[in-house]
This record gives sequence, structure tokens and C-alpha cells, in this order.
Amino acid sequence: MDDATFKTENTMNSNDSTATQGGNPLDEGRVGTNGLQTKGVHVWFNKHHVLEDISLDFPANSVTGLIGPSGCGKSTFLRVLNRMHEFIPGAAMAGEVFLDGKEIYAPGVDVTAMRLKVGMVFQKPNPFPSMTIGQNVLAGLKLANIKVKDKDSLLEECLTRAGLWKEVKDRLKTSGGSLSGGQQQRLCIARALAVKPEVLLMDEPCSALDPASTLKVEETIVQLSSDMTVVIVTHNMQQAARVSDYCAFFLSDGGPGSVVEADRTSVIFSSPADTRTADYVQGRFG
Amino acid sequence: MSETSTVQVAPRRPWVNRKDSLKDTVPAIVIAAVLAFLLVKFTGLAGPLGSYVAFAISFLIVSYLFGLRYDRVKATDKAMTTLVFAGFFTAFIPWMSILYTVFQRGASAIYWGYFTHDMAVTANDDELNLGGLSHAIVGSTIILLLASLIAIPFGIITAVYITEIKGKLSGLVRVMIQSMSGVPSIVAGLFVFAILVTGKGFSAVSGAVALSILMLPTVARTAEEVLKLVPDDLRTSAYALGATQTATTFKIVLPAARAGLITASMLGMARVAGETAPLIMTAFYSANFSTDISGHPLASLPMYIYQNFTNGTDLALSRAWGGATVLLGLIFILFTTARLAGGRAKR
Repeated sequence: MDDATFKTENTMNSNDSTATQGGNPLDEGRVGTNGLQTKGVHVWFNKHHVLEDISLDFPANSVTGLIGPSGCGKSTFLRVLNRMHEFIPGAAMAGEVFLDGKEIYAPGVDVTAMRLKVGMVFQKPNPFPSMTIGQNVLAGLKLANIKVKDKDSLLEECLTRAGLWKEVKDRLKTSGGSLSGGQQQRLCIARALAVKPEVLLMDEPCSALDPASTLKVEETIVQLSSDMTVVIVTHNMQQAARVSDYCAFFLSDGGPGSVVEADRTSVIFSSPADTRTADYVQGRFG
Repeated sequence: MSETSTVQVAPRRPWVNRKDSLKDTVPAIVIAAVLAFLLVKFTGLAGPLGSYVAFAISFLIVSYLFGLRYDRVKATDKAMTTLVFAGFFTAFIPWMSILYTVFQRGASAIYWGYFTHDMAVTANDDELNLGGLSHAIVGSTIILLLASLIAIPFGIITAVYITEIKGKLSGLVRVMIQSMSGVPSIVAGLFVFAILVTGKGFSAVSGAVALSILMLPTVARTAEEVLKLVPDDLRTSAYALGATQTATTFKIVLPAARAGLITASMLGMARVAGETAPLIMTAFYSANFSTDISGHPLASLPMYIYQNFTNGTDLALSRAWGGATVLLGLIFILFTTARLAGGRAKR
């Protein structure tokens, strides 16, 4: 494993290791991922303890669904995974998060380089209003000063992977705001893909979308997981069952949220160990 | 569907009830006019202002009564519409009156040569077909551009410090900026006179510094408000893409606020374009056309107006009005250009 994983000199394909993980890697030069692990993660907002002792393993090249009722801390946990929660005033945390075996909260970690590897898609589509569709997709490169030789093919690749290429290929120079909500969300996915992250965090990416767009995004997620670790927060049980390989059920009984059960999705939905999980996935509460 | 429809459908706007409102408005105006005439005739109200007030009041009453034919809600609605319109119109009168007076009195001084000549060989009270204010236009433009060059970057950087960096001194800086906007222009002039003019002489640069002191708080305060309006979503998604704070600010936040920042700069320029007091002590005035920014006094439109005004003769006063007309025109051109530039950014 490359020692400078978090201190990549802001260029793509900078890792000269040839270790690739078979399959169909996005980037031939990229180091194979070991996925993401958390150990004993707690989160506080001021004195409010919102998450308690979360230890989860997100295997590489898989989709993990985070399910649970509103307010149990799923989204907060997702933000801990790429250090986005630290922008919230009063936030504090304990525990460790490992990306490729390296602690992302260790002192000296280059946070921006880490976030290049852990992309994020938000609940609300948020394309940059001052940029065109094409510029939006490549915004991450511009922001991180990454130089790529063939921008056009990267643009096409990302938009194709996000399932948007056919719809926008003739109007790449129009504003991102001119797209529909579903298209904007897929544009945001394409934007997150352009910096070639190893992990993609998705915070209820389909909650603002119509069923047709939802289906497209779900197809995209499944395709992405062939060479990427995807973590998705969702309130939609069917969606979790459709797209995820693993599921973690979060619950808060008034106190801090914690993981009740985490297992293969098939197990969570067919024979969960905990009755609360069974009740939730079968729609008896929450 | 389209092949079966043979009936031509014309676009309509059923929500615009133009005929009906005209049928209501014309008699209302006539009745209100008659009422106003009676009011002026039989009460203390007199003169153009009195007539205007009388008409506004009668029209208010008449539109309420007309509305009563339907119901009370409609009547109140009509009366409120009239009230708002009357308020707008009342606020509009001084604006129109100033424009009209300036153009009317300034017109006699303006001829083609007014824009191409300077006052080097012409006295303030010479005939109006001699001399011009090309020197003042160029001087004003130079001083204003120099002042903008100083104040706009510093103003925007100050706003970025307050809204983006949110440093420990943000609160203090904001209070300082606020109190700075209360600095009388003549104090700014005296200050610059003391540090830049004494011993070195008048110059465009010192004039620009004095104006930039007045401009900075306006730019900074407005830019701060504009940057606060940029949704946090954009910052968050930029950070999530692995952007540093610098990249987020310069590549996402500032471009997103571009139109507003142009407005902020515009307001700053408008704030100082007509300032005279600080220029008396800094750039002063010269009758010669010049583009030198240091070492010599440089003319400006406000100083040209002031210079002619202090002369006091009829011809010089006409020149002063002419200068005022040109100054208004210059500000108008400035605003239009900035608006166009700002509007294009949104496309």
C-alpha cells in the first residue's frame, strides 16, 4: 500500500503501483481498495450524544445500505466517513475511520486529498449555478487543480456512467440549472465520479426524484459498485433491497443512535437476528 | 390529437381584465379630478402641490367607492392599489424634478465642442460656445477607476474574511467597516491631505485614495450581504469534491455571487462619483486636459461644477448645470455597463 495515500500530489493516476483488483477497474494505475472500516465511532453535537459505538466494515466494491427511521443518525454517520460533519459547529467525535487501512482522522492527514477519494452525493441536487453542464462535471478537477489530458472523453465517461450522457450530450454548454431534478442529481453523481473516488457516499440520493429517475440512479449505483465502494443512506426499503449487498440497521430509542444489526442484505430482509430489524424492514414501525 | 383538432385556438389571457378596468378607471379619474378641483376651490389647498394632494385623496376615495359596487374586500383592494401607486408616484416626483431641472438648465451649455475642449484658454464666464469639459470627464474617469481599483478588491476581500473565513476578528472588522461608513467625506479628504498631499502637491492618486476610503465600506457591506446569500449547499458540495477553502471561495462562491458583487461595486462607485469635498483637498482642479495621475492637480466633474458655481456669473452657472448633466450621464453609462456585464453573468 502506498504510504502517501492521503498526500497524493494532486494529479490523477499518481500511484505507480500496478496492483489492481481484477474486474474492470476504472483506472489501471489505481491501487486496489480495501474499502472502509469504522471502529467505535461516537458523535456529539455539543452535549447531545447522537451516535454511539458504530463499528462497521464496508467491503470494497460493494454497496452498503444504511437504513433506519429518521433521526437515528444515518446521515450524520455518512458525513463522518468523509469528515464533512466537522463543518457543523459544535460537532465532536470519537473512534476511528479507516480508508485503505489508514485512519482519516489521524493528525497530518490531508483532508482535501482524502475527500477526493471519498466522493459524496447529497439529498438535494446541487449543481454549481455559475457553471455549464460540462463545467459542472469537471468542477472537481478544477477545484482540486487536477490536470487531465482528455477532458472530453472523461466528460463522456462520467456522464455515461451516471446515465445522463444521452440526454445532455447536445447541450453540454447550457447551465446545469436548466436540467430537471432527476437529471441534476445524475449530474451531481457524474460530478462526484469525475475525480475517480474509491468510495461514494450517497445521502438519500433519490428522495427528491421521480420513480423513473430513481430507477436510473439505482442502475447507476449497481454498475458503480463493480469497482467502487458505495455507501447509501435510504428510507426506501425496496431500494435498499434492490441495490445493496450489505445493510446496516440504525436505531435510536431516544438516546444516541446505534447499529442494531448489520449483515448481508438478503439476511437482513429474510431472516434478521433482531426482532426490531424484522419489524422495521417489514414496515411495522418507522 | 393534433390531426383531429380543426378548431383554431387563439391564446387568451383571461386573468388580464383590461377592458373592465379601463371602464372603471376612466370615470374614476374624471370624478376624482372634479372632486379635486372642488377641493382646491373651496378649501385651503392651493398650488400645484395642493392640487396633487387633493387629486390623490379624491382618487383614493373614489376608487374605494367604485370597489364597493362589488364588495368590501374588493373596495379595500382597490383603495390599497391606489395608495401604493400614489406613494410610488410621490416618491417619483423629486427624482423626475431633479432630472428635468438639471437637463433643462444644462442644455444651453452643451454643444459638440463641450466634450472635446478643455478650459485651458477659456474663462468660466466666457461665451458658452467656447471651451468644454473633456478634461473633467477624463479626470473623473481616471480618479473613479483608480479609486475602484483600490476599494473593490479590498472591499470584496473584507467581505470574504467576514463570511467565508469567519476569522476571530470578523465581528470587529464588521463593526469597523460599519463605523467607517459614517466617516464624513471631508474628514477622509483631510486625512489624505495630511498624509499624501502635504509637501507633495495635489494629484489624482491622492484623490483616488480619499474616494476609496469612502467607497470601501459600501462595497464591503454590500458584498458581505451578497456572499451570505450564496447557498451553503454549494460550499458543502465543493468541499465534498475535495476542494480547499481557497478553491471553494474563488472558483465557486465568488462566481456564484458575481452579479451581486458587480452591484456592490456599482453602489460603491455611485457613492463617490459625485463627491466634491475630498477632491478639493486632494486632486483639486486644473483647467488643462491631462491624464497624469501624479504630480499635478487633475480636474473632475464635481470640481468643474464647483469651480463654475463659485464664479457665480450666469454663464458660469450654465456651465455648472451642463457639468451636472454630464455627471448624471456618466453615472448612467456606468450603471448601464455594469448592469449589462452583471446580467450576462447569469446566462
